[in-house]
Amino acid sequence: MGLERKDLLTIAALSADQIQLILTTAESLKEVGGRDIKKVPALRGKTVVNLFFEPSTRTRTSFELAAKRLSADVINFSPSSSSMVKGETLVDTARNIEAMQADIIVLRHPSPGAAENLARSVGSSVINAGDGWHEHPTQALLDVFTIKEKKGRVSGLVIVIVGDIAHSRVARSNILALTKLGAEVRVVAPPTMIPFGLEHLGVEIFYNLDEALINTDVIIMLRLQRERLGRTLLPSLREYAKLFCLTPERLKLAKPDVIVMHPGPLNRGVEISPSVADSTVAVILDQVTNGVSVRMALMYLLSGFGERATLNE
Amino acid sequence: MGRDDMNPSPRPHERLLMDGQEMARTLTRISHEILERNKGIEGLALVGIRTGGVFLAQRIAVRIQQIEKRDVPLGELDITLYRDDLSIRKDQPEIRKTTIPFHISDLKIVLVDDVLFTGRTIRAALDGLMDLGRPAEIQLAVLVDRGHRQLPIRANYVGKSIPTAREENVQVFFEELGQDDRVSILTP
Repeated sequence: MGLERKDLLTIAALSADQIQLILTTAESLKEVGGRDIKKVPALRGKTVVNLFFEPSTRTRTSFELAAKRLSADVINFSPSSSSMVKGETLVDTARNIEAMQADIIVLRHPSPGAAENLARSVGSSVINAGDGWHEHPTQALLDVFTIKEKKGRVSGLVIVIVGDIAHSRVARSNILALTKLGAEVRVVAPPTMIPFGLEHLGVEIFYNLDEALINTDVIIMLRLQRERLGRTLLPSLREYAKLFCLTPERLKLAKPDVIVMHPGPLNRGVEISPSVADSTVAVILDQVTNGVSVRMALMYLLSGFGERATLNE
Repeated sequence: MGRDDMNPSPRPHERLLMDGQEMARTLTRISHEILERNKGIEGLALVGIRTGGVFLAQRIAVRIQQIEKRDVPLGELDITLYRDDLSIRKDQPEIRKTTIPFHISDLKIVLVDDVLFTGRTIRAALDGLMDLGRPAEIQLAVLVDRGHRQLPIRANYVGKSIPTAREENVQVFFEELGQDDRVSILTP
């Protein structure tokens, strides 16, 4: 069974079986990262273009490393240096990149749906690396991979997501992926950060962190986006930290073998206390390592389905 | 090479080439040949190519242990990432795990596969091994050599050489997969 698709745009469009295929492929590819020579020839001669319209170091580097470990050639495009500032549309930029024979375009864009729009306009495979508040599918896949690696399973686990759910593409993609794989998902945040109608995604909503932490196997902390503070979502940073910071005392409410995850970058002392972030329950750096394997798996699985791949036949 | 076909029961177009007993004796002979050529197991390691080669390497390792009373290091190699047809096929073949729990540098590696055919799998395996280190020597053991080579590759240890037609499918069946041990030619 293959992935049978040209693009990876959302978790919403993936079946549980397709998620499992990506995870087992990533598991096999993880071995490559442990070698002295961290390179295999699977995507030799393919070109991957990172098209990032939002600042990102971690995600872009992870995609770049994943492509390079598969022997693909990588080009990084960022708006400050591109013709975007001269008024070119996203689709025109992408068509130009496609005309340079790009096989895979990795897109991060502030507008929800940008990746889908792009995928319809070009024959290259498109991977969504985050589109506005919509989805960040590769982050969810690497989170699920890390949970499976640490816990041996996802189904039946109690997993709580803490933070600004309403403005988080990481939260949305994670909720979709985790519920598809049979986890029991809780979310907890101040009411201003819980989107309307969230209960329809099959999650349990909490407003009190202590209650939400009871009996949990996995805690996923979200980064508090400080830039949103001015938008009347929060009275103050200190109040948020007082009510929603994951401290060693609060951690005791969860199961003894709980793991703590965070997509980064960390706001130490705001959503997570330094002593938790640096403790052995935190698997934050494992998430970073696993991100490369998961992105390698995706590029490998998608690479047979771009339009250029069919032309070669 | 017909690895996808895992039906356990004999089928109408199946012609038996080697039964379970003959397979066992052949592996015993190959084990002795490996020890003879390498003068024991000093610096020796076995690497099976997934899937069939892994079962065969495990069985050879058991025999070598019985003869020498010492374990020989055993690894499993998946060659998918090194295939030469990845960029021309649409369905991406499944990647399975490579598990080689020892440093291969300076070892004498005996690569084990079930059927030697075009030689392309072995070419991929050689590239895969070289990426993991610099072995002192690589030798090749196969249960069946069916001819039709497309690359200049030859095995050091051959269970049985069998002339076949290009379109025939040589299949090795394994107890490990719930089948009766045997080698057969399947005609379409």
